[in-house]
Amino acid sequence: MSREEDSVERSEKPSAKERMAIPRVEMPQREGRERNKDFEEVNLGLGEQAAIREAQRCLQCKTARCVEGCPVGIDIPGFIKLIAEGDFLGAAAILRKDNNLPAVTGRVCPQETQCEVKCVRCKTDAPVAIGWLARFVSDYEVEHRSGRPKASAAKTGKKVACIGSGPAGITCAGELAKMGVDVTLFEAFHKPGGVLVYGIPEFRMPNRVVADEIENLESLGVKIETNVIVGRTLTLEQLTGEEGFDAVYIAVGAGLPSFMNVPGENFKGVYSANEYLTRSNLMEAYDARADTPIIRGKRVCVIGGGNTAMDAVRTSKRLGAEESMIVYRRAREQMPARAEEVAHAEEEDIKFEFLTAPVEVLGDEKGWVKGLRCIRMRLGELDESGRRRPVPIEGSEFEIECDLVVVAIGTRANPLLTKATAGLKLNKWGYIEVDDNMMTSIAGVFAGGDIVRGSATVILAMGDGKCAAASIDRYLVGRQNG
Amino acid sequence: MYELVEKKSIGSGVTQYEIRAQRIARSRKCGQFVIVRALEHSERIPLTIADVDIERGTITLIVQAVGKSTLEMTRLEKGQGFADVAGPLGQPSHIEKYGTVVVIGGGLGTAVVYPQAVALRNAGNKIISIIGARTKELLILEELAASVSDRLILTTDDGSAGMKGLVTDALKMLLEEDETNVDAVYCAGPVIMMKHVSEVTKPLNIRTIVSLNPVMVDGTGMCGGCRVTVGGKRKFACVDGPEFDGHEVDFDELMDRLTTYRDHEQKTLKRYKDHECKLRQQ
Repeated sequence: MSREEDSVERSEKPSAKERMAIPRVEMPQREGRERNKDFEEVNLGLGEQAAIREAQRCLQCKTARCVEGCPVGIDIPGFIKLIAEGDFLGAAAILRKDNNLPAVTGRVCPQETQCEVKCVRCKTDAPVAIGWLARFVSDYEVEHRSGRPKASAAKTGKKVACIGSGPAGITCAGELAKMGVDVTLFEAFHKPGGVLVYGIPEFRMPNRVVADEIENLESLGVKIETNVIVGRTLTLEQLTGEEGFDAVYIAVGAGLPSFMNVPGENFKGVYSANEYLTRSNLMEAYDARADTPIIRGKRVCVIGGGNTAMDAVRTSKRLGAEESMIVYRRAREQMPARAEEVAHAEEEDIKFEFLTAPVEVLGDEKGWVKGLRCIRMRLGELDESGRRRPVPIEGSEFEIECDLVVVAIGTRANPLLTKATAGLKLNKWGYIEVDDNMMTSIAGVFAGGDIVRGSATVILAMGDGKCAAASIDRYLVGRQNG
Repeated sequence: MYELVEKKSIGSGVTQYEIRAQRIARSRKCGQFVIVRALEHSERIPLTIADVDIERGTITLIVQAVGKSTLEMTRLEKGQGFADVAGPLGQPSHIEKYGTVVVIGGGLGTAVVYPQAVALRNAGNKIISIIGARTKELLILEELAASVSDRLILTTDDGSAGMKGLVTDALKMLLEEDETNVDAVYCAGPVIMMKHVSEVTKPLNIRTIVSLNPVMVDGTGMCGGCRVTVGGKRKFACVDGPEFDGHEVDFDELMDRLTTYRDHEQKTLKRYKDHECKLRQQ
């Protein structure tokens, strides 16, 4: 043990007054103009001393409102208490009890609207940096653990198929495996992880972090089968029939990319964000030696204001763009992207054109994108989303020169599995309808994540996966007893 | 890993692979394709399933080595395997009894139309096949095509086999014959060929089904890279197709979009060949 760690362990428990005097830690991060040239992580993570000090800021509230804000109900004061005591592996174990992907959520959860916003210290100075602490302990665990998690529960003899290996599928599979269920996780792509590997870029979510969590899952006994497209390779009926699964969890995620429906959208050099990010992340086209090609624009316009748009625009900069900009039809305050992502983008020299909507993609004589014709917008009355509706300003059209356009304006439900499955009830947008137990219209078939919610977050999908696992367990037990 | 059970050359630079993929073999319907990665670092490329053997649990793919990914594929030997094979993808072919169907395969497109010919014949149609290629060595599957056709016409651009000319010349010839009444045309091959075939049949209002081959990544509707314009609407070839009404397809747009990565493909291929050269010299 190093001298430094020794002194930490012996440090006295700080008084409430001392705790209140500690200012919120700052996340060490790489400088914007340095990091926007590579795909290494932006946030460097907290060191041990910084983590302990930050953990000491936690007042250990009797009624922990932060936990109420967490979609998977992590024992937040519990794991923070152990960090403050220097027991990082103990803290990791507490995290892991309720969260199968702590290293993931520690990086991409919108803590500012979930746990941290409920922190009592918001009233006085700033909330405890719960997300950064979660990331710290899970990264620490990877470095220092003695082994991977094992399922200790007795085998139930039940078989469950989880379809889709994104955050919802991973969570459900992990929870069920811990309960002693025999779980197989099916993935359509050649690599498991879903949106965590095809969507979220390396600089926010390194693939090694996801790969490590997948190994944990396998250590829990979950079998993973890639290249299986349920609805095509196997039908749902085959899973519950000849393949012998007692229950199924559908978590196939967000689906078909939406386009703008403006002229010129099929010129070469227009990507959906899904395609752009999949090429860069899953197919690793960010590496110039990769077989899979990607168009590296010099002047890039990304359409949209969500986290996916931020991921795409920041990727384009790293792929060598001289200028990368967000074109968004509403105002800054209405962007759905996390504030941290927007701030990071700005630090990386990303430009923003607010209140601007494309009306046409312009192409050259060879069919390549050469620009975007846009119209300025103003904010009008409130719309159904409760935000002020953008209204075009007549005669305000102008052109932006660019050679790559990435459309990041959302996705629609992918009908591949749902259409191939008779009796599965969908809502009018094509998403799967579930009851309070997350069961679909087919008994024993459950669903969650984006194929139920539309586009949501990693942590909400994980929350769904966790709820579904509990429901599936009840369903299996009920059937056994019934 | 997906075991390579059989491999044989069936034409100049054209290889037929039989790969173990039990589930795909069982689920596959005529007209569907798989997405393949030969090696761990390879691109994902879509390939039509030319045939299946359900008992052996295998699927047959026919590949022309034109780029790095397909060249690397030819280096794989029996007993080795493909890193990834996912499918079957796409909508099955629309098969019905029309009467007389002309099935046109250009180059590798023959591997796409041959299974259609089988299915159409089983549905009670009279089959006239037109198989074309630039030159004799690139003609593939003539014997199989002959076995399911009531009549087979071969064409080569240079006249080295069959009639000298294009498949459209053969089609026009057929349409001019008094005794031949063509009720439908199924066609796969180079985009320019499918375009010309559709132009021939459109004024005659002969139903024409073409099988499109745009750039794809996932093959499940997620990326939208394979979008094509059909009847003025955006369609994803991977989930809405790959077969569409030839009279409605914007072929020019498709041809143009297919050139997107030409520079990259040439560079990658050159790098690969240079590398192989160096290895051989060592």
